[in-house]
Formats: sequence, C-alpha cells, structure tokens
Amino acid sequence: MNTLSKYVLSIIALLFFTNCGNNTSDKSGALNASKAEKVYVAPGEHDEYYAFFSGGYSGNITVAGLPSGRLLKEIPVFSQFPTSGYGYSEETKPMLNTSFGFVPWGDAHHPDISQTNGELDGRWIFINENNTPRIARISLATFETEEIIELPNSAGNHASSFVTENTEYIVAGTRFAVPNPQRDMAINEMKGEFKGPLSFVSIAENGRMNLEFQLNMPGFNYDLAHPGRNKSHGWFFFTSYNTEEANSLMEVNASQNDKDYIAAVNWQKIAEYVKNGGGEKVAGTYAHNVYDDKTHMATSTMKEGVTMVDPREVAGAVFYIPIPKSPHGCDVDPSGQFIVGSGKLSTDLSVYDFDKMITAIENKDFVDESYGIPVLSYENTLAGVVTQPGLGPLHTEFDGNGNAYTTFFISSEVVKWSLETFEVLDRQPTFYSVGHLMIPGGNSRKPFGKYLVAMNKITKDRYLPTGPELEHSAQLYDISGDKMELLSDFPTHGEPHYAAGIRADIIKDKSKKYYELAENEHPYAAKSEAEAKVTRDGNEVHISMTTIRSHFMPDNIEGVKVGDKVYFHITNLEQDFDVPHGFSIIGANTSEILVMPGQTKTIIWEPKREGVWPFYCTDFCSALHQEMQGYVRVSGRNSDTPLKYTLDE
Amino acid sequence: MKSASILMILGSALLLGLFIFPLWSISLEAPQYPSGIGMNIHLDGLEGKEKHDLQNIDGLNHYIGMSKLPKSDEMWEFTVFPMVVGGMALVGIIIGVLGFVKNISPKWFLSWLILMLLLGVLGMYDFNAWMVDYGTNLDPKAIMKMTDADGNPLSYKPPLFGTRHILNFVAHSFPHIGAYMMAFGMFLTLIAYWLGIKKLKSATL
Repeated sequence: MNTLSKYVLSIIALLFFTNCGNNTSDKSGALNASKAEKVYVAPGEHDEYYAFFSGGYSGNITVAGLPSGRLLKEIPVFSQFPTSGYGYSEETKPMLNTSFGFVPWGDAHHPDISQTNGELDGRWIFINENNTPRIARISLATFETEEIIELPNSAGNHASSFVTENTEYIVAGTRFAVPNPQRDMAINEMKGEFKGPLSFVSIAENGRMNLEFQLNMPGFNYDLAHPGRNKSHGWFFFTSYNTEEANSLMEVNASQNDKDYIAAVNWQKIAEYVKNGGGEKVAGTYAHNVYDDKTHMATSTMKEGVTMVDPREVAGAVFYIPIPKSPHGCDVDPSGQFIVGSGKLSTDLSVYDFDKMITAIENKDFVDESYGIPVLSYENTLAGVVTQPGLGPLHTEFDGNGNAYTTFFISSEVVKWSLETFEVLDRQPTFYSVGHLMIPGGNSRKPFGKYLVAMNKITKDRYLPTGPELEHSAQLYDISGDKMELLSDFPTHGEPHYAAGIRADIIKDKSKKYYELAENEHPYAAKSEAEAKVTRDGNEVHISMTTIRSHFMPDNIEGVKVGDKVYFHITNLEQDFDVPHGFSIIGANTSEILVMPGQTKTIIWEPKREGVWPFYCTDFCSALHQEMQGYVRVSGRNSDTPLKYTLDE
Repeated sequence: MKSASILMILGSALLLGLFIFPLWSISLEAPQYPSGIGMNIHLDGLEGKEKHDLQNIDGLNHYIGMSKLPKSDEMWEFTVFPMVVGGMALVGIIIGVLGFVKNISPKWFLSWLILMLLLGVLGMYDFNAWMVDYGTNLDPKAIMKMTDADGNPLSYKPPLFGTRHILNFVAHSFPHIGAYMMAFGMFLTLIAYWLGIKKLKSATL
C-alpha cells in the first residue's frame, strides 16, 4: 500500500471516528448555559489567567484573559505600532534596529514566560522573531518590550524562544539552513555546505540577554525546541526536517526520508566547554537593543563576533534521535522523563524516554552518524508510540496529572492521551486545523491543568463574515474532568502560533500603574511646567512640553520656520493610574505618541508650509480633553520671527 | 492615688500618638476612582493616602476653581498644633508625676482635661473654618461654576464629620488613629480624676 492510499484510508477512518464523537455532543440549552457560566466573568471581575498570544505576522503579542477570552492589550514587540507610537517615537525607533537597518515588522512565534525552579515566575515573557532572527524580552510589570537581541549567522528563527527552568538560557534556531558564514554560492550546492546554527542566549538576573555561543549544526531545518526539565534539565531538544537537504520544491523533496532527527543537545556541557575557552570566535554582526524605563529611551548597539562551537568537538554533548516523517513539535513532559516528537506526516506519535536515551549514549548504542554526529537507535530510546491518534500531529502540552494533549492539524482535533499507557483517552474537534495548543503553565514543571486553548489556523464560518480576510480563531476547553469540554470560541489577532498562560495572581499585583516622574531621566523631560521650554539649535527646534489635565505647557509657540526639524518632547506630568495623554500635530509624517504618566516621548515634525498649525491631545483624557490643544506658528524660511512660547498669556 | 497618677501619665502620653498617626482622614470615592483617593491630616501637614493623591486631588479640584491643598509651611496650624499637643502632653505627664510623687490634688487632672477639651473644640472650629474657606473660596475663572438649586455657588466643603455627596464624589471625613488615641487618653485622665477623688474621699473618711 503506498503512502497516499494509507492517508486516504486513515482520513476516512478518522472522519468516521470524529463523526461518531460529534453525535454525542449535546446542544441542549441547559448544557450550553452551564458552559456559558464557566467562561462568564461578571462585569468588574477579573479573569483567572493571563494568556499571551503571539501575533504571528502582526509581529506583536496580544494579551487576553481566560476563561473569558477578552482582549486586554496588544504589546508591540517587533512591529511598529501607531497606537502608542512604538517604533515611531524617537525613543523606541532603536528597538527595531537590526544589522540590516531599521526593520519595521517581524514575524513573532513562540512566547515563553521566565521560570524559577521549573515554575513560572512571571518576571518576563520572551518571544522570537522568525524572519530577521531575533529574541525579545518583555517586562511583565510594565508590559513593554525592554530588550531585543538579533541572532547572526542564522535564518528563520523558528525553534525559539524557549527558556530553561531557571531562565539560564533561551534558545534560537535556524529553520532555513544557510551558508555559514554567508557567501555567494550556487543554491543547488547546499548539501553539506549550508548550516543550521543553534544560538544560546544567557539571561542575567536583571534580564539582560547575551549571545553566549552558537552551535554550528548540519544544515537541516531546525524547527522547534524544548528544554529538558526536572531530571532532563541541562538538555535541549530540537526537531529538524529536511535531512534530505533539498533546496527546491521542498514540500515534496524534503518529505522523502522515512525519518528525520531530533537533536539532543547537552547545553550545560557546551556552556562549560565555552567557559573553558572552547569554540571559535567567528564573524557575525548583530544588533542589541535595550529600553530603559528611567530614561524612557532605547539604545541600539551593533555587536561584532560570536563564539561558534562545532558540535563534534564537544564529547558527549550532541546526538541525533531518529523520528518519523518531518517532525514539527518537540515537547517535554513536566517530569522531564518523556520527549514527545510529532512527525507531522506520520500518523503515530513517538515518545522518547530520557533515561533510555542516557543509557543508549552511555552504551554507545549508535546506529549511524550524520556529519560526525552520532545517531541513536530509534527503538532503544523509545518509551512508547501513541498509535493512530489522528492525522498531522503538531504540538503537545501537559496537564501535570499524567496526561498529554496533542493537536492534529489535518484531522482538526485535540487528543488527550495517557503518559502511562500511551493510550488515547479522549478527543475533541477543533475549528479548524489547529496549530499550537496552550495549557497555562503547560511548558513548566507545574502546569495549572484547568484550561486548554487551541489556536486554529483556519476560521471559515466560525464568526460573522468579515470579507476574505479573517482573524484566526481560538477555542477554550475545560480539561479539569476526564473528558475535555469545549467551552467557547474567541477570535485572536494576527496568527497566534503559540501562547503562554499564567495564573493572574502571580503577576497582577506587580503591574506598574504609572512611572515616577521624579525618576524620569529623559534628557529632554520637563518635570514641571516651570521646566517647559523651547530651544533652537541651528534648524533643530527642541520643544520640552508638559501635559496635565487638560492643557499643554506651552500651548502657543512662535518662531518656528519652514525647513526646521521640530522635536516635540512630551512629558506627561500626571501621577495617576490610567491617565495617558496623546500628542499629534497636523502634517507630521509619523504616528501620534501616547505618553504614560511620568513618561517622556518624542516625535519629529518638519513643517513644510507657513501658517498656524494646531496640535492636540489624542487620548480622551478628561472632561476638557477637547480643549487640550495648542498652535505652532510657522514663518518663512528666512523670517526673523522671534522664538516665543507661552501658556495663558 | 498612685494608680490614678499612672492613668494620668498614660492618658496624657497617648497624645503623643498624634506625632505618629494621623488626626483625621478625608477620603473620596467616585466611579473613576474604584480604590478611592484621599488624604490623612497629620498634626504637621497633609499626606496623600497613596503617594500622589494630594497632587491628584489638586488636579481634580482645579476644574471647579478650588485652591491647592496647603503645604506644611503654608498654614500656621501645622507649626502651632504640634507645639500645643506636645506641650499639653508634657504638662499632663508632669501633673501625673507630681500626683505620684507629691500627691497633688486630682483637681489638677480635671483642670488639664478641661483645658484640653477647650483646645480641642478650638482646634475643630479652626479646622472647620479652613474647610469652609477651602470649599467656597473659588477661583472666579473656574472652569466649571456649579450652582445649587437656589442658584448659589455650590460649596465643595468636605464634611467636618461624616459623609457628603459632592458632585460625582462621595466624601468621607472621620477621625483617624491619632484622634482615637487622644480621645482614649482624655478618657483615661477623666478616670484618673475620678479614681483620685474616690481615693481622697476614702482617705478622709
């Protein structure tokens, strides 16, 4: 029987199976009412969990509450965000700087929350960027992006950003093997020439990221990763596809090998090796951007050089484990014992046993070698196989009670199975074509195990139609019982590849309400109305302006000329929760800025025409918000109108 | 007489609590301020319930033309009140010690209490007078000029004691820990007087 007919048969079998499942679903009013109660959060009440959804091609993160699914915020990370001025304001433009110059957009994939002793600690959330390989760190006190580090010598940073259990390291992968170092060469000569570097970024106590080393792996496509935890702490596991090393018509040519690899990497050993002077200093230019919430400014530093480690040079550190058919997800259970590999073209799930893997390594139970890296035996590392659970397995999460939950893209379902017997316990349809799933804390030693969110790639008819382009859809399941129960649908912004969830009480009381004005160290901050001023330096005009309900100081400015470069440095003098002021002026070729209490933000305005031009507050701040406005008089290029700024003159 | 004197010392010493704890509390509630906003009145000045409450109260009040809340050096009361309270506590303690050592008449206790009550009433009168001024002496250029049902300018005076609705706010004005300590202390001096008199009578019998 060829592969195709196998698939057709399995699809038919599965359709039959899922249809049987559907028949049991009860649509009675009483049942729906009890489901409604489970997701109902009364007005003024708070959700039990924060859920951070990657925005995929939006480049950002959206924050929702669970179980309600209500959207709480969008955090700009890799993409410009005119709503707040992120990436437009002079202070935040450096955040989007890269070795390729300013990149206004990113493709955000996998958020992961910082951990201590394998449990979520709620200090930061990290997220990777696929297109221009980067990792960002976001503060969970301010919900602002504080740091972005670029990964050189890499392409397609998909196997990222996953943190080790004490937030020692965060990893980045290479999904598109490339010449390393980059050079001009024929594409079809890639075999053996392209590389797939894996980057290890350390996290300091204060959150600062540092690119410690890159592991120069053979040029397969490293797709996803997870750190070992508990007993397997110290290891990292990466799935790879395209061990065929095909470079064209990949959908066919990268799907030929019966098995691809999971790379098992002992990062502790390699870190030790590097600490002792191992590895080679190679070229690699990358931007490191840091935002300071005292100066309210980001700085971008271009760094040069990286330590490259040849995996063959570190004894006992890197191994390949065979896995059927182009694996995608690679997930480690809370005990660290089991590593679940999802061959996305396979109908089975392979579950590996960490202890067996260690034994196989000790016994040198190798079946092959790939570019000098030992390949372990599939059979002798296997804990078990979940047979025929569905079609197109992608990702697995855990509830902490001995159960695993795997998504199946092709058969559009989430399947619950036992980590003890590897038997399927339950299945629920998703709508439609689920990618990742998320159980809050499911990526730690202690999952919270109450809800499961399925993130679907295809929406179709789930909501009122909105033209050809639809938001993606998520589904919330209650997994506290033996059987999963679908509770609700809610739309999500962009393409949430993955999400991270955390119990709200771990972070909500630490959430910052405003910035202390007294601690504002912005060089152009006016910390009181008396400090407001306008200064000219050649054709640059710097306006240090203040806002407080409901006026600007100054609100009338004269002496600006056509051709000037006018910097509006707006300081919000408010020291109260939720009183931002916005700023915009007619003719500005940039976005507005939304300035939080105690904060200073800057936009540039280059007036092109003489006249009197109004500016105003863009955020409905107060009863007299409409009156919160002012004028700039712009005179001719060679005029001698004196510089003058006033309020209530 | 010894126990009465000890009570006298204790009672007047409790006044010193006013140097640590606030005398009075004024808090405001409004829908936009779900966790409230307000201030504590100390002997030597005002303090926001939260770090920036005073600034935020001023910010709200500028719409209706109220003047800014006074800083410590802008009202003589914040200099004089600590001296009066400190002085009274000292005098009370001295009287108590004299009662203990020299057996002076308990009538001294009562005299101290009467003087203290008198000063307390004066203090309240002064406090109320300030609040009347603060709530009615409004900037003629006020953004919002509100009037009552009779067309008179609305008074924003917080209540001296109790709760009052003022526009979208509900203002609560009540004594704070310092005041309760003072009241309890004064009650103790009354007991001291009563005990002292009782002892005196039993001694003369």
